[in-house]
Amino acid sequence: MKLITFITRRIIHSVFVLFGLSIVIFVISRVMPGDPARMAVGARAPQWVVDNLREQMHLNEPLYVQYYYWLRDALHGDFGISLVTRRQVADDIKEFFPATFELALFAGVIMGGAGIFLGTVSARHKDKWIDNFVRVISYLGVVTPAFVFAILFLLLFGMTLNWMPTMGRISAGLSRPPVVTGLITVDALLAGDFATLLDALWHLILPALALAMGGMAQEARITRSTMSDNLTKDYIASERSLGIPEKVIMRKFLLKPSLIPTVSILGLDFAATLSNAFLVELIFNWPGISRYGINAMLRKDLNAIAAVILILGVVFIVVNILVDIVVAQLDPRIRLAPGRGE
Amino acid sequence: MNTATLQAQDSAGLSAGTPLLLEIKDLYVHFDVYGGTLKVLDGVNFTVRSGEKVGLVGETGCGKTTTMKAILRILPMPPARIPGGEIYFKGQDILKMGEADLRRVRSEGISMIFQDPTAALNPVFTIGQQLEAVVKYSLEGKKLSRREIRERAIIPLREVALPDPERMLDSYPIQLSGGMRQRVCIAMALVASRELLIADEPGTSLDVTIQDQILRLLHRLVEEKNVSVILITHTLGVVRETTDRVYVMYAGNMVEAADTRELFARPMHPYTRGLMDAVPRLTGGGIAGGIRGRIPDYLDPPPGCRFHPRCDHAMDICRQEKPPFYRLSDNHEVACFLYRDGG
Ligand SMILES: Nc1ncnc2c1ncn2[C@@H]1O[C@H](COP(=O)(O)OP(=O)(O)OP(=O)(O)O)[C@@H](O)[C@H]1O
Ligand code: SF4
Ligand SMILES: [Mg+2]
Repeated sequence: MKLITFITRRIIHSVFVLFGLSIVIFVISRVMPGDPARMAVGARAPQWVVDNLREQMHLNEPLYVQYYYWLRDALHGDFGISLVTRRQVADDIKEFFPATFELALFAGVIMGGAGIFLGTVSARHKDKWIDNFVRVISYLGVVTPAFVFAILFLLLFGMTLNWMPTMGRISAGLSRPPVVTGLITVDALLAGDFATLLDALWHLILPALALAMGGMAQEARITRSTMSDNLTKDYIASERSLGIPEKVIMRKFLLKPSLIPTVSILGLDFAATLSNAFLVELIFNWPGISRYGINAMLRKDLNAIAAVILILGVVFIVVNILVDIVVAQLDPRIRLAPGRGE
Repeated sequence: MNTATLQAQDSAGLSAGTPLLLEIKDLYVHFDVYGGTLKVLDGVNFTVRSGEKVGLVGETGCGKTTTMKAILRILPMPPARIPGGEIYFKGQDILKMGEADLRRVRSEGISMIFQDPTAALNPVFTIGQQLEAVVKYSLEGKKLSRREIRERAIIPLREVALPDPERMLDSYPIQLSGGMRQRVCIAMALVASRELLIADEPGTSLDVTIQDQILRLLHRLVEEKNVSVILITHTLGVVRETTDRVYVMYAGNMVEAADTRELFARPMHPYTRGLMDAVPRLTGGGIAGGIRGRIPDYLDPPPGCRFHPRCDHAMDICRQEKPPFYRLSDNHEVACFLYRDGG
């Protein structure tokens, strides 16, 4: 099947998923106890203000009409006003989402890179000390929550050793580069501002590492088990028997088939990082979407909740499509499977 | 010891005087698995002379593939382990070779056609990528340009009569039929010329007519290229028609070795006789009709002659000692105490 067909099909599919998600979000936001209009204006506002606002927000119409208005606005990027920040929710998202996305991207790179590396080393030295060492690290990584690592890193590298910054995305003295993507590292690179780039990277390391530990451990374990399994496969024996050097077999003929399960899990871990970053963002004072979302939930900020869930849903879907594309690239058995066109 | 020039004296010697190409001496292979150690190969002795076509038969699980993989040092380690033995190829012990010598053996000495062509092809690389790697890392591959490598990769595909070899290079194994995959595997083993070709039950996984085509193809190629062959098969008819000498294997031991005609005329070992009765085909599990019982548990194999629990002639000594090879004639040896006094 052509890649284009594959992607188009997945995107059409996703539109339906998103549509379903939007209904769920809408229903939840409307069945939550409390009157959204009353909450928007506050407890002390007179009743007529509330009534006017109810009319304005179409709250007196039947639910499906309300949904229509809500969806129409959402499609225009209008999620209403946040009750907490008193700003357009869309503006909040534009500010907080890139911060978390940047963090998650770096965490993803660490998870994938370090996880695959450790897994490979482990598989090649199965049951030797290095394998056992990686195994212990992996268990620790899997069972320890990210916030524990965050606190540990903060105390150790930030406070005790004083090596790393522990607060925010860039140092106080620096001004942010002009916003293009919202990712400070990328924007700094685009602006050619290397001092800021380095500073932003420096700020990213600790929180990204804390967030990545769990996924990294997971990726290492999966890579190790797939690889040591594949090492006993006949095709590896066959390639060895034909005189192909061990190095080439390891880096090419063993690595590619062994990465497939890792890539699938890596995608999930990356997407989960976005929503799991709450405590880490809190600890490192990171102005991110996860923190924003949890605050919105605690304060029943319905417009903000809906927007955050929706955007995380979109990210989840996009990541899944990307993972499917990468897996299909890696594995012709999926790409060429009968019944999928061609 | 340099066996390349050594005359074959220790084994059944139809063509005594021809130098030994391959000599396996007292080879042990164990597998460490959950629950213990599988003591699979139990002192295997096996020889191939230059130009010889040797058959290897035995029921499923007796260690045929394990023996062949040991020769090329491609057993997965772990779980496999080689606690003892020597494997001489042209006088050099493969088990003691360094990386460079080993690669030389693999690139121009010995090649193997695997039992299951589907498992033997890497599922995520095209046939071309796999064949080209074999060409590229063969001994003369360094000097070749990319185009030359591709051209060289096509030649063996033509030789095994695959249609449209150009397109074949860009196909993945999943896009090919079982018969085509088998041909591709044969092509891989024939990229560079070899002195010894190991064919592990070629075509067994395919239906009978295609299996027949494959065997014919293999036979033609072997004649053309004049290589020595080890042919593993479950079909005694094929052994009879295409080999010079036969080994019969049981539970990790060679139990009988003889010139093909001699073996079919005078099978001696009780196990071989059972096999002959089980003609035409040996299938999985025990052997239908021929021999009662089944192959022993390698975790705890029977002491003495591993065949004794199934043998109608078992004596006391069989339960205690392992029978050595007794030489019945120049071209016939058997590992069984019944022939202690020369049969
Ligand atoms: N990778 C492995 N791990 C554990 N045990 C193994 C492994 N490979 C082989 N064995 C053991 O070795 C025994 C012999 O296997 P082998 O494949 O050599 O038999 P075979 O004679 O080739 O049988 P078949 O005719 O079915 O191909 C098996 O019964 C199995 O117990
Ligand atoms: S040695 Fe004994 S048990 Fe083994 S085959 Fe001969 S007679 Fe049977
Ligand atoms: Mg086999």
